[in-house]
Parts: sequence; structure tokens; C-alpha cells
Amino acid sequence: MARRRAHRTTVRGTPKTELRIGTFSVLIALVLAVVTVRLYVLQVVRHKELAELADRNRIRIHRMPAPRGLVFDSMHRALVDARPSFDTVVVPEDMSKPNETIARLEGYLGVDDIADRLAQAQDDGRPPYDPVTVEEHLDWQQVVTLETHQLDLPGVSLQVTPDRHYIYGPVAAHLLGYVGEATETDLRHLAGYHMGDEIGKFGLERVFENDLRGEAGGQEVEVDSVGRRLRMLRDFPDHPGDSLILTVNLDVQQAAEQAIGNRAGALVAIDPNTGYILAMVSHPSFDPNVFATGVTPAAWHALTSDPTHPLENRVIQGTYAPGSTFKLVDTIAGMEERTLTPDTSYYCAGGIYYGGREYRCWRKQGHGHIALHRAIVESCDVFFYNAGERLGIDRLADWAHQLGLGFKSGIDLDNERAGVMPSSMWKENRFGERWYPAETLSVAIGQGYVAVTPMQMAQVVAQIANGGTRYKPQFVREVEGADGTPAQTYPPVILNQVTIDPTVLQVVRDAMCDVVNAPDGTGRTARLDNITVCGKTGTAQVVKEKQGARTSEKAEPANERDNGWFVAYAPSDNPKIVIACVIEHAGHGGSAAGPVVHDVMQKFFSIYPPSGMPRQQPAPTPRSTPPGSLAIR
Amino acid sequence: MAGFDRRLVSRFDWTLFALTLSIAGVGLICVLSASYAGPGHVIDPLVYRQLIWVAAGAAILMAAAVFDYRSLATYAYPFYAMTVVLLGVVEVSGHSTGGSRRWINLGFFKLEPSELAKIALALVLVRYLREEPPRGGWGIRQMIIPALLLAVPVGLVLKQPDLGTALILMLLFATMIFVGGLNWRVLVAVAMLTAMAAPLGWHYLKPYQKQRMVSFINPQSDPLGSGYHIIQSEIAIGSGGSYGKGFLKGTQARLNFLPEQTTDFIFSVFAEEFGFAGSVLLMALYAGLVGRGIWIARHARDRFGALLAVGLSAIVFWQVAINVGMASGVLPVVGIPLPMVSYGGSSLIIMMAAMGILISINTRRYMF
Repeated sequence: MARRRAHRTTVRGTPKTELRIGTFSVLIALVLAVVTVRLYVLQVVRHKELAELADRNRIRIHRMPAPRGLVFDSMHRALVDARPSFDTVVVPEDMSKPNETIARLEGYLGVDDIADRLAQAQDDGRPPYDPVTVEEHLDWQQVVTLETHQLDLPGVSLQVTPDRHYIYGPVAAHLLGYVGEATETDLRHLAGYHMGDEIGKFGLERVFENDLRGEAGGQEVEVDSVGRRLRMLRDFPDHPGDSLILTVNLDVQQAAEQAIGNRAGALVAIDPNTGYILAMVSHPSFDPNVFATGVTPAAWHALTSDPTHPLENRVIQGTYAPGSTFKLVDTIAGMEERTLTPDTSYYCAGGIYYGGREYRCWRKQGHGHIALHRAIVESCDVFFYNAGERLGIDRLADWAHQLGLGFKSGIDLDNERAGVMPSSMWKENRFGERWYPAETLSVAIGQGYVAVTPMQMAQVVAQIANGGTRYKPQFVREVEGADGTPAQTYPPVILNQVTIDPTVLQVVRDAMCDVVNAPDGTGRTARLDNITVCGKTGTAQVVKEKQGARTSEKAEPANERDNGWFVAYAPSDNPKIVIACVIEHAGHGGSAAGPVVHDVMQKFFSIYPPSGMPRQQPAPTPRSTPPGSLAIR
Repeated sequence: MAGFDRRLVSRFDWTLFALTLSIAGVGLICVLSASYAGPGHVIDPLVYRQLIWVAAGAAILMAAAVFDYRSLATYAYPFYAMTVVLLGVVEVSGHSTGGSRRWINLGFFKLEPSELAKIALALVLVRYLREEPPRGGWGIRQMIIPALLLAVPVGLVLKQPDLGTALILMLLFATMIFVGGLNWRVLVAVAMLTAMAAPLGWHYLKPYQKQRMVSFINPQSDPLGSGYHIIQSEIAIGSGGSYGKGFLKGTQARLNFLPEQTTDFIFSVFAEEFGFAGSVLLMALYAGLVGRGIWIARHARDRFGALLAVGLSAIVFWQVAINVGMASGVLPVVGIPLPMVSYGGSSLIIMMAAMGILISINTRRYMF
């Protein structure tokens, strides 16, 4: 007891344990009292009301997902909407003779798994009054059969649900993406999703899921002891998802899809003044509608195992050697670093020897004495071997990085790739080896380690066209509510501003102009009659080992043939559109990608004529020069 | 301990023992009812498992009552360290159910280390706070170590994720430092800081946890999802009325309207079948148990025993308050077992061991 007394006589100001325990006891008593009062309220005061709800066997919630938002093109034409889908629903306890009914139903629908599905639902603990969806996405024949035999099928009914519908099928499929049923992982990590809910899986369907989805509604329904609906207690209206208005123009998109045809490749068209994407094509494509109706394992396997990778969005995931389009970067870097001037001139004899190896120009007979402007217009490799060697890899890499190469473009789509813009430090880190000057020669003509996405090349050209502003590539201009009220806009976002001397830009632009318009230009296939298109061709080798030793195009197997590039902007004085296009294994950029760029430009300017020109109806204009008839490159 | 002391028997706390067994008995009835599938069905095996655990728990209770609680001070830190390691093991290779990793599968038994953590935290805090506080009470600097002792298990438990256990650990900590003699000014400052930090904590909640909070404050915000469980639980409790629907006659439980009805929502099953009378009886049993624990604390011979008794009583009290508060709709939905009633071996055995320690503290006040 002596100890306890000592407790009590502790110095004033020191908390007394007994007092604190006493305070805690009061808290305990208060909390238990509150809980007991609450129980009294529920069990005695509100007993009648709550017992009634329990007795009448109670409330059910019928949840109904909200209609998903639509997707429109820049002129508010629907690209994605919904179409009705018919499902067969069975209420097990409403079937008078279950086995007979199931057998009949299986006969009408031509399927054999309905009994299994119902058994599964029962195993999962679904009560017999709970409707089970036994067959989804019925075709018209099945719908008609069920309608006519409804009397033989007690407990069986048709349910109409909206299915996501991609109106133009594979058009812009990589951008639009697709939807599917929420997986278990989705359900665990995301709030507000229920089994069977639709969720964006890919493309903008995934990235803009929160806008498109909306909020589910439902009904609180009172049912009797066997689950029959008595009355609706409350109705929770749904909130339909918001719609997206894209920056993409359907006509331009379709023109691009058509021009690429069934070849593998990619095209992206952007507005250099905003970064808005006008068209985005990746071929081969896929039909996102197959996902909306529940993709079959076989179809999924076919898509994922296809060697041509139809699910890959080549615009942001395809990394290619840029070939001669990279000479634009060489020029800017060389002139800014003062290792290159418009008067710089080299002699091209069809190739040079460097480090004991021959580096050839595409033109075997050589270009002779050649200065910068003509070197770009005629795409002389020897000139740029020399220019690149003089500049050095690190200064070249620095400018390429400033222009966005080697970095993701920042587009709001998943799995974008950054490509590679090598430097001596990059090689040291990656391979633990120093950089060999000879490797600079390969990089200077867009070969070797350098790998870019079409999106990145479009950004480079946009910076040349707009004076050095790099915009975030965006494809959604506006989000609007289901009733058409604007909810959010996406103004242009500037990512970077690179300072390039205007005289340097002028040299590059003049040369790009002559690439398309001069008699010796390699890009004449993209020429338009009334608008000055500026561009650059590129022909990138696919097999690295063969670098510097080009063989004849026809002798190579298709998958080793060169990738053809064309990058362009127009009009020259006030650029409105930038295009980067690559066609895989199609040979020269001028002949393969040039006509594609031509068609897209022509379509674009028929819709948005440059100021001062009358708007003309798009007419099938013959190409100014048939492909292949020129010394193209 | 040389030889057996007869006073261990003569001074045994039969009151606390009886209260413990009564509550565990109620638990068996509830587990049987919550898992009952209807007439003609066999009794669910989990009832037998719970029965075995009650028996094992009673044996452990006896062992703990005979054990001299003062030596627990020696084992406090090693026991705490072991618990932290086990929580780490759960993180790496735990057995998961319904999206969270909480168990270590021992083959015959699925151990839930977060249950151990409650006792371990109580022990180390008591070990630290058993010194008399300095004049004016414990300052903020002396609370750094206890705060770290709290933070480690809370962090690990939150990763599982198990918001309920984390909450209990924090409430236990608050109780211990309060009773242990925290300076008043620090107390007020900490309380205010906590109130201010609460919105920050919101940021770290999982979406489903946020949704529960929102639907508690406004059940209309998600009447189809988590608000539904609260409504159904209230209906179950309220429809029980004054005297209940009778054993095994609850319809809410039978028709699977209640989520987690053998664990987190077991109180609703009990209240539906035994009514307000049953609820009051059960609350009285808990009040008696906690009250007895506090009484033991006030009469303990040393400060270590007193604080330990408060800690163990607090664990029971907070779990009861939050579990019943949640089931009756006065608190948001957080998964916390109802002590010795909810189905689950780890929770049951550890709670009964805690009751054994309380008895040990009580018995020994006559012995030294």
C-alpha cells in the first residue's frame, strides 16, 4: 500500500494515473450508453418500421449502368455510339418445368450451355428469384424465335442493353480503343464498379474512362418473400457519361486510312499551332466492335499473335529509324553549333571511306560538289556524313533531345514509347562502351541506334513550322455533358520552347519547300497545285547489318525492304497541318509515303481552305505526278 | 515460481472468468446462427472450429492467469519484434482473402498477426510508460519512441490493407499515453493536430474505404453499393424488436442480406434474433468485462500492472464500441471483429489470453 500512497502524493502538476483512469472510465460509460441508446432507437422506437421492411422480405436494388458517353469528331459527327443488344435472361424459380424449359430454350437458341450457366449461378449462391443472363448478343433470328415462342418459355425473357458501337469499325481504332467487362482486378482497385460493368480497356476509352462512364442509376424495389417485385420504393436516376469531341477530323482520318490502304504503316497529322491531332492512323488495324460484344478467346489469340501486331498503335509505339528525315535535325544542330552554314560544301563521289569502311550515298554516281540546300533537297548522304562527323554525336544528340527525340511526346495514351536518341553517354550506360566516330555517320542519316516514333517526327516538323514550340499532342478538344453543355475544354499545352535562329529555320524551310516543289526534289509526289507543301523524304533500312551496303530493292524479301518516310507541313507561309507518315517495307519514302501525304493534304485543304482561297468541294484530283516516274527519294 | 501457490486458486478472479466464458458462449451461438443454412442442413464446420478455439482459448487463459505478469515486461520487446516480423511475412507471403493479405497459413491454423499486434503494442507501451512520468507529465520528446512503436505495426497493417486493426492500434496508443500521464498541453496539441491531419489521411485511403466514409455521412451518395450494407444491417437489428425473432429465426441473416455476417456484422445477426433484451445483455456482459478490467487496473499493486490492465481493457472496449457502432449505423463501416464473438481463431484465442493476463494481475495483488 505504501507505493500507492506515494502515487497520490506526487508533485502537483504531474498527471495522476487514477484520475486519468477515472476519466477513461467516464468515456467508456458514455460511449456504451450512446451505443445502447442507438440500439434502443433501432430496436424499440423504429422497430415497427424496420420490421415491416424485413418482413415483407425486403428491398432489392436493381442497378442499371448509365449510358456511356459518345465520341464525336471535330465537326461533331459521331464516331462511337451505342446500339441495342439482346440478351436472354432466366429467372430460375419462374420456370415451371425447368428441365423442359431449358431444353427447349437451348433448342431455339442453338446452344448447349444454358443448363451449365444456371447451375453455375446456383453454385455462386444466387437466389432463385435473381435473373441470370444465359446468352448475350443474340442475333435477329434468335430474337424472333424467342419472341414467337414466349408462351412455351415461362421464366425466360429478353433484355435490351446498349452495346458500344464503333461506327466506322477499324477507322482510328487505336485512338478510340475499346471497352470490355471489368476484371476482378478492376473491381478490387476502382470504386463504384460492379460485376459485369463495362470499362474502357484501351485507347481513349481507357484514358477518358472517368468522363465517358457516367454514374449508374437504379431502383430500390420491394419484393415479397419469394422475390417477386411488389413495388418500386425509390428510383435513382442515372447520370449518363460525358461525350468527347475530338480534334480528329473524320474526313481527313478516312482519307489517310484509304491512302495507306492495306499496307502496314502509320500516319499522324497535327495542327502545328496547337498540337491537336487531326488524324492518327496505324495499320494494320482491328475492329473494336469485336470487343464490345465480348471477344472470343480465338479472336483474341488471333489479334495478339498476329506477327503484324494489329493492336499496336504504331504512331506512338512503333519505333523506326528516321532515315533521311533526320537530316532536318542535322541541319538545325549543325547551323546552331556553327559547324554548318548554307555555304558549306562537300564533294560527293557516291560514297566516302571512313575508318576503313565505305559509306555510300544512295546515288551511286554521286552528287559532285554539293552545298547545304541542294544536299537536303536531293538528300545527299555523303554531305551529311561529313556534316555529322564535324558536329559530333553529343551536340547532335543535344539538339535532337531539345526537339523531343528520345522522349515521350506526352500524349494521353498508354504504352507510348520514347524511342532512342543516342549520345556517347547513352552508349556508355547502355553497352559500357565508348562512342565510335563512325557511328555518328550512321546516326547523321537517321540509321544506327536512332529510333523515333511517327509522333516524335511530327513534333519535330511542327517545331520547324511554328518556330520552335513543342505542343503536347492532344486529341480531345472538349468534353460535353449528355445534354450538350460543355463540361471541359482542352486548350493547347506548350511542353517546350526551343530557341532556333530564324535564319536557320528559313534555310530548313526553303529546302523542305524545294524537296516537294523543285524539279530535282525527292518529294514531288506530295506536291499540290495550289498550295505549297514543304516536306522531307526518308528511306530507312530495316536490317542494320546491311548498313552502308544497299542492295537492289527488288531482290530483298518483303520484311527486309526499306521503310518509307515522308514528313511535311503546309502551307509554307502559314502552316496549318503537319504530317508524319511511315510505310513499312515499301521502299522509298517519296514513292511510298509521298502520295499518302498528298492525299491527306488535299483532303484537309478541301475542308479547311487557306485564307484567301475559295472553299472548293473535294474532287478526286489525279496526283500531279504518278509515283515512280521520277527520280524519287 | 518455486512451487505452486495456493493463492493462485483461492484468489482466482471467477467474475472475469465467468464473463469471458459467457461472451465466448454468445459467440458460439452467433456463429452457429450466422452460418445456419436452414432446417435439414448440417451444422457448418466453422461452428466446430470456433468451439475448439474456445476450448483452446480457455486453456491459454488459465496458463496466462498462472503466469506472473511482471515477467511480461522482459518479453515485451522480443514479442513486439516477433510480431513485426510476422506482419512483414504476411506482406511477403501472406494468405489473402477478399483482396487483402492478413493471414499466415500454418496448415492447421491461419494465424492473423494483426491480432497479435494489439497485445504486442500494449505490452511495449506499458513497458515504456511504467516509469513515473516526470513533473508535469510526459513531454513531446518522450513520446517519439512510443510513436515509432505505433507507426511500424500501423504501417504494416495498413498495407494489408486492414483499416480496422490500424484504427484499434491508434486508439490503444491514445488511451495508453493518456492514462500513462501525457502532459495536458501536449494532449491538447496532439488532439488538434490529429483533427487537422484527418483530411490528409483521406488522401491515403483506398477508393472503397473512401466510398464507405462518404456513404456513412450520406447514405444516399451510394445507396446501391456500400450504403446498402448499412441499411440492411439497421433493418436486421431493428426488425429484432424488443425480444428478437428467436434463435435461428432471423431472416435478414438467412437471406444473405448482411455482408461478413460471421465476422464484422455478427452483432446484427445476434440483435435480430435476440432483440433489444439480448443486445442489452451482451452490452452488459462487455461493460462488466471492461469495468472489471478497469477495476483491476485501479487496484493493481504496481504501475506496470495498472497500465497493462487499462491497455487490455481498452482493446476490448474500442473493438466493441466500433463494431457495434458500425453495425448500428453510428460509425462508418470498418472491419473490426467483435471480441470473442466474431468467428476467427486468432482474435478469439488472443483475446482470451488477454483476459488471462488480467486475471493474473488481479490475483497477484494479494501475493506481493
